[in-house]
Amino acid sequence: MNAHLQPTGSAYFIAKETELAETHTLSVLVDNEPGVLARVIGLFSGRGYNIESLTVSETEHEAHLSRITIVTRGTPHVLDQIKNQLERLVPVHRVVDLTVRAAGLGHDRPIERELALVKVHGSGDHRVEALRLADAFRASVIDANIDHFVFEITGKPSKIEQFIAIMKPLGLIEVCRTGIAAMNRGPQGM
Amino acid sequence: MSGTENQMTGAEIVLQALRDNGVEHIFGYPGGAVLPIYDEIHQQDDIQHILVRHEQGAGHMAEGYARSTGKVGVMLVTSGPGATNAVTPLQDALMDSIPLVCISGQVPTPLIGSDAFQECDTVGITRPCTKHNWLVKDVNDLARIIHEAFRIAQSGRPGPVVVDIPKDVQFATGTYTPPSAVPTQKSYQPKKQGDLKKIEEAVELMRNARQPIIYSGGGVINSGPEASHLLRELVELTGFPITSTLMGLGAYPASGKAWLGMLGMHGTYEANMAMHDCDVMVCIGARFDDRITGRLNAFSPNSKKIHIDIDPSSINKNVRVDVPILGDVGTVLEDMVRLWRAASKSADKTRLSDWWETITKWRARNSLAYAPNDDVIMPQYAIQRLYELSKGRDTYITTEVGQHQMWAAQFFGFEQPNRWMTSGGLGTMGYGFPAAIGVQVAHPNSLVVDIAGDASIQMCIQEMSCAVQYGLPVKIFILNNQYMGMVRQWQQLLHGNRLSHSYTEAMPDFVKLAEAYGGVGIRCEKPSELDAAIRQMIDTPAPVIFDCRVANLANCFPMIPSGKAHNEMLLPDEATDEAVANAIDAKGRQLV
Ligand SMILES: Cc1ncc(C[n+]2csc(CCOP(=O)(O)OP(=O)(O)O)c2C)c(N)n1
Ligand SMILES: [Mg+2]
Repeated sequence: MNAHLQPTGSAYFIAKETELAETHTLSVLVDNEPGVLARVIGLFSGRGYNIESLTVSETEHEAHLSRITIVTRGTPHVLDQIKNQLERLVPVHRVVDLTVRAAGLGHDRPIERELALVKVHGSGDHRVEALRLADAFRASVIDANIDHFVFEITGKPSKIEQFIAIMKPLGLIEVCRTGIAAMNRGPQGM
Repeated sequence: MSGTENQMTGAEIVLQALRDNGVEHIFGYPGGAVLPIYDEIHQQDDIQHILVRHEQGAGHMAEGYARSTGKVGVMLVTSGPGATNAVTPLQDALMDSIPLVCISGQVPTPLIGSDAFQECDTVGITRPCTKHNWLVKDVNDLARIIHEAFRIAQSGRPGPVVVDIPKDVQFATGTYTPPSAVPTQKSYQPKKQGDLKKIEEAVELMRNARQPIIYSGGGVINSGPEASHLLRELVELTGFPITSTLMGLGAYPASGKAWLGMLGMHGTYEANMAMHDCDVMVCIGARFDDRITGRLNAFSPNSKKIHIDIDPSSINKNVRVDVPILGDVGTVLEDMVRLWRAASKSADKTRLSDWWETITKWRARNSLAYAPNDDVIMPQYAIQRLYELSKGRDTYITTEVGQHQMWAAQFFGFEQPNRWMTSGGLGTMGYGFPAAIGVQVAHPNSLVVDIAGDASIQMCIQEMSCAVQYGLPVKIFILNNQYMGMVRQWQQLLHGNRLSHSYTEAMPDFVKLAEAYGGVGIRCEKPSELDAAIRQMIDTPAPVIFDCRVANLANCFPMIPSGKAHNEMLLPDEATDEAVANAIDAKGRQLV
């Protein structure tokens, strides 16, 4: 009938994304059973969602419950999908978007902390400077020799980023980060 | 049994658990890693095992069995290649929400991870194509896991699950726990009841609608016969027109006066136009799939949308809705019908009369029309004759994938739910014939017809041997156009009619093929002989391959060409060669 109309895309219509992507932190409470992490990660890779950070550990030993903290990036629509898809997994008990919850509580963002081990190699002025800065960042020295330090630093991811950037010219050798642990402020649980 | 009452081997536990979950039939194929289970099967009579010829067949049979009965379908396969052959039907069942339990054998636990003979990472491979899966490492967990598997397969949005059982666990002795003694898991608890506030909101919208439409889907069928009953009641009460997806056919009868036909890519003009122009859309157990919506940003631009679905991830996935109602279709419809009755005693049905007038005009376009022919059988005509001649019988239809599938959906009228099995989400060629066998196992005295294509049927043709072995009088009705017709149609539309590898040279002689398997072959080439040949097929109490030679180059219309909106359909009388050639632009060609 209207074959003369302006043709457009395809039956697989791919709309231009007009929403802006946001970074959110999700808390996922799961049964600590074999394969549960693979299910969560497989869901992200299979559906093309991003993972910026992921941490997991059993948090309630008697109930065999683990808490997975995922930092992900997407449009509000995609973030909604991620939450719904996660909730569909059989071993998943609860999914809370901590970033949304924080906004609801009138906070800028949830509490987010990370731990990093930072190894720095150097001598002379560089070494003195590294130690001085570590002190300013409240990083502690957990291993040292005459020509290296291993610092332990905890804090917001932005603070850790900054510390690592500063250590780069001072002889940064390697970094190990835990990924983010997060919860909301206030008396309520997730 | 040794020692106390509930001590059994793993293999005995499997059989006992199946029995306790009401299983009467399983579809399977033996191998080293499931021999203990097969040994148990041999020593009992409660459960009938159907021996297939390829594990893919077992899966589709279990799907057909499940969809036609509302029960869980069960398949049994060995480790390694047995499990990998099960992947296609598992994904098929996942996409079409079919409850399926697949039991697979695995190499003995101490050998897992050693690349042992016929080892594969079954839970790894099937994780993304199941609702859930388990590797059973302790025989004492086996009964609980099988009971959970049945619960998960059929609750919420139904789907396939896999229970992978190492051979040593099948031999080991452990305790059998009956289903009643297994506490339900805390984590997976789908909500059946819909939010009453939302349902009230929906009813309010519907009461004030002037151009409403009901768009129903496979979720109505999955919810059970009561849901279809309630859907009919809702249509009757509201006077709304209704259309349905491919998966939802039969929930509302094709002979009903509110029926607009199927919607979507090959749906009717009136259904798609009504979807486009409506002011209130009530989506019931459907999921705004891309074959339904066409161009998303032109999809029903002026309507308020109500969406009833049991799966929260289906809501707002492709299309934003105004009133989401999370819950089981049947349960929500019960509330909706009750609230409608209470609120609309004085409902003024005349407010819909303009809308119905418009719909009548759209209907008059007769969008399924085709040019009849006295010399060659038109494929549409063949379906119409099959439909007419099977009327009054207890008929079940399955299909393969392609043009014939769409013609079957367009021209075969379904009056009841659970009578129509087709691979909608995955579009699996090879689905229809084994699915028909599964249906026939569940309904031995019914007429079961697989409406097939000449290419698709060759994907699981080996199951003829299974049908003959069990005396299952399944009918394969092939619309033989010598082409992968749907591929050819797209090549004509999108690729300058360069028919790359869509013509089947060396087509087998289907009549001889049927006979070679011990079935009956029928060929028909003339419209004048078609009725008699179809009658002969229906009356044959054995598996039949019916080679129906149809017009080779017929196209399936109407069609929403790639990337167009619902009101931009290509109708049969306008589908000149030029219109067809220009229907899709270069951008559309990159996709599908
Ligand atoms: C397993 C599988 N492989 C490929 C396809 C792609 N495909 C869709 S329809 C079709 C052609 C089907 O031909 P036929 O069975 O003869 O049906 P017709 O369209 O001619 O009615 C093909 C190859 C598919 N759907 N499934
Ligand atoms: Mg064909």
